[in-house]
Amino acid sequence: MNYNWNWGIFFEASPEGTGTYADMLLSGLMWTILTALCAWVVAFAVGSVVGVLRTLPSRAAQAVGNAYVELFRNIPLLVQMFLWYFVLPEVLPESWGTWLKQLPDAPFYTAVVCLGFFTASRVAEQVRAGIQALPRGQRMAGTALGLTTAQTYRYVLLPNAYRIILPPLTSEFLNNLKNTSVALTIGLLELTARARAMQEFSFQVFEAFTAATIIYIIINLLVVTVAGVIERRVAVPGR
Amino acid sequence: MTSSAMPPVSPVPEPQAAVDAAPGTGPVGTLLTERPPVPATTGPMIAIDGVSKWYGDFQVLTNCTTSVTKGEVVVVCGPSGSGKSTLIKCVNALEPFQKGQITVDGTKIADKKTNLPKLRSRVGMVFQHFELFPHLSITDNLSLAQRKVLGRSRDEAEAKGLALLERVGLKAHAHKFPGQLSGGQQQRVAIARALAMNPIVMLFDEPTSALDPEMVGEVLDVMVELAREGMTMMVVTHELGFAREVADTVVYMDQGGIVEAGTPAEVLGGPREARTRSFLSAVIG
Repeated sequence: MNYNWNWGIFFEASPEGTGTYADMLLSGLMWTILTALCAWVVAFAVGSVVGVLRTLPSRAAQAVGNAYVELFRNIPLLVQMFLWYFVLPEVLPESWGTWLKQLPDAPFYTAVVCLGFFTASRVAEQVRAGIQALPRGQRMAGTALGLTTAQTYRYVLLPNAYRIILPPLTSEFLNNLKNTSVALTIGLLELTARARAMQEFSFQVFEAFTAATIIYIIINLLVVTVAGVIERRVAVPGR
Repeated sequence: MTSSAMPPVSPVPEPQAAVDAAPGTGPVGTLLTERPPVPATTGPMIAIDGVSKWYGDFQVLTNCTTSVTKGEVVVVCGPSGSGKSTLIKCVNALEPFQKGQITVDGTKIADKKTNLPKLRSRVGMVFQHFELFPHLSITDNLSLAQRKVLGRSRDEAEAKGLALLERVGLKAHAHKFPGQLSGGQQQRVAIARALAMNPIVMLFDEPTSALDPEMVGEVLDVMVELAREGMTMMVVTHELGFAREVADTVVYMDQGGIVEAGTPAEVLGGPREARTRSFLSAVIG
């Protein structure tokens, strides 16, 4: 292999004129983290609601929850990105579509919504599994004390269910973080996009993707560590 | 007490029944139809009237009729699968039923207009598997519903909870979590949690069935004391000793129906029905 290694490339100015290649990667990392966090807020909120819907006695609520999960987890994430970014503005009334297309940072907002809704379908499944893993008597005990259904979920079922599903939720968060890279296809300048740009400008493909790989691993290990701390924090004594 | 499966009985309470009664527990062992007329305002605390329930095609309760008056202790016994747990869960609408009516303190529970959470908050329930909330300390287990349902302040709810914990002998464990207590202790906390709501009636669904034998006594002691204080209680249990000692009425159920009901002496001493006799001989051995 005739390859010209250059690990100093990170400290050379990038052709964008705003800093070094390292700065370029760091700005990508910033977008990756921002997108992942915002998408997770959406995913956690929507996923919790949908997961709860699937455990309610109401058939209609279950049907809505099921429809959501099956829709969003059975379409490839890449296709969903395209649907949100390229198709949605065309099918909306023209003025809305134009507004969407002119939105500053449109790839970012689109990525947050798309990834959030996609991950929500997976979070919903975890939440449902967590609630259903609880003894049936827990719901009964809450109900028998006079708590409303909403109160029973808020104070009894969800606090227990979240504790149970914390490990799979951590995996889901990691997936969510890595999946932000799909948003490069709609023009989000996140870490993978920046690594690719660096490779195209500098031809240092190995350095660029080695850096990206290591950054992803470090960020994810950090997440795992934080999740471990949370898990110990919320552990119930005597269990 | 009336039951579809029971033969008509004499309208005069037998003297034996009165002798068996614990003092201060009101009319005992009388059947609903032969109870002396009571003012309408003091009707039965729980009236179960012709209740039937199906799971799909399978009928789990068949035309069950019985009642619990204020201050009365009714023990429901019968073989497993006889529907006794299902029946007691129907009383606070934890289980729906398709036919009949249950009235709790004058409120029809199958009525769509009934505020079920409010009604349930006045009916204490103790479960076979305790069902304490594992993520909450004992103190929080006792105060959660007081605060969220009754609107008591945290201080008020915790004080009330602590007083009840003391009563069941567990004040020293207030800061612990359910997983750190033994089964018997957890069940006593569960009883205290129900009492914290100032219930007008207590329902017990096999409260000692999930306990190790050496822990049954401590739970039964609390229940006996409660009965002696005049609490209205409906108890599903296999503890026939408890039934003999504190029950005013024993209801025997089999295959979803009430087979017979009467004083402990009548039902446990000399059951009329062959099914009751074979159950008793199997249980007592």
